[in-house]
Amino acid sequence: MHELSIAMSLVSELGRIAGEHGGAVVSRVRLRVGTLSGVDPEALRMAFPFAAANTPAAAAALDINIVRATVRCRSCGEQSMPEEPFAPCGGCGSDETEIVDGRDLVIESAELETAAASPDAKPAAHGRS
Amino acid sequence: MCKDCGCGETPHHRHHHDHGGVPHSHEPGGPVHVHPPSDAVLKESVERSLLADNDESAAKNRKWMEARGITALNIISSPGSGKTTLLEKTLDRLRGRIKCAVITGDQRTDHDARRLEGRGAPVIQIETFNACHLDARRVGECLPRVADDGARLLFIENVGNLVCPAAFDLGESFKVALLSVTEGEDKPAKYPALFSSAPVTVLTKLDLVPHLDWDSATCLMWLRKTHPGAFVFQLSARTGEGMDAWIDYLAGLAG
Repeated sequence: MHELSIAMSLVSELGRIAGEHGGAVVSRVRLRVGTLSGVDPEALRMAFPFAAANTPAAAAALDINIVRATVRCRSCGEQSMPEEPFAPCGGCGSDETEIVDGRDLVIESAELETAAASPDAKPAAHGRS
Repeated sequence: MCKDCGCGETPHHRHHHDHGGVPHSHEPGGPVHVHPPSDAVLKESVERSLLADNDESAAKNRKWMEARGITALNIISSPGSGKTTLLEKTLDRLRGRIKCAVITGDQRTDHDARRLEGRGAPVIQIETFNACHLDARRVGECLPRVADDGARLLFIENVGNLVCPAAFDLGESFKVALLSVTEGEDKPAKYPALFSSAPVTVLTKLDLVPHLDWDSATCLMWLRKTHPGAFVFQLSARTGEGMDAWIDYLAGLAG
């Protein structure tokens, strides 16, 4: 269950972004999570509200864009999305592939509401050190 | 329930959202629906790692170690697959030959540090309490105390866990996955996040093979499918079988 610490890191980052916009609240956040990132999207969804309570992201909707692994074949050069967890080339079937995508754990974008900022929103509980 | 959008929220719950439609909010004591002016909603492109804090600490650790010529191995496996035993024998074999240092992580106790002390290498135990993995900040705090005395190899023994530690960069040179023969041949396929990111896998407890249905070829097949090109050692730290290749490899890393 490392998703809680990942959710806390996410909330910390959202608190920083909200602070940069004069105490805005975060209404929506979109993540990109690779299937090889080691993070379970559902566990992250479950952990997020606990991490976000009493922060500018407390009411944020969480969108998760799940990115499948992409491999590049060392033999034929083709890029393909294999049936995970295996990584044979989708073109020639060779096992000589390298993973080129699918490890992402990235905040793609955030939507902030400035005029409607909540007066009692507190700074992120897990500030950057 | 919100009468305008049917979202299930009550007015007592302060909530800004749009359900993919029109942004609105529920204000306690105020009107149920408050639509903020559209120019108040700002979409920010972020494109920043979700683990940005950890990644920054990891980058600092990496720079610190590179400046000192330290090669750091982040050793990850299930609990009980033989990380500490392998390190005991490894430190014994490298003693007087290559200067090593160890950071070892567990939720509780300093049992592993005690086992690894007295083998010629400074050892620091990190107790993570509830955390299921080491993070770069905790490792960074230990580095000057454990590895600033001419160490060439740093072994970071992560918390026993085949899942979570794979997601946290510690600033290591690379990850090493351990898999004991009692765990089953298909673990690389079941836990691809780790095995696909570790360039080296060590199959441990080879001395137990006569008592098991273990088939190394099957395990290597799964590993190859999950991580083509992964480097594999097969050994028993207990009997010493296969240890020479491992020790020679480490000596090569230390230059």
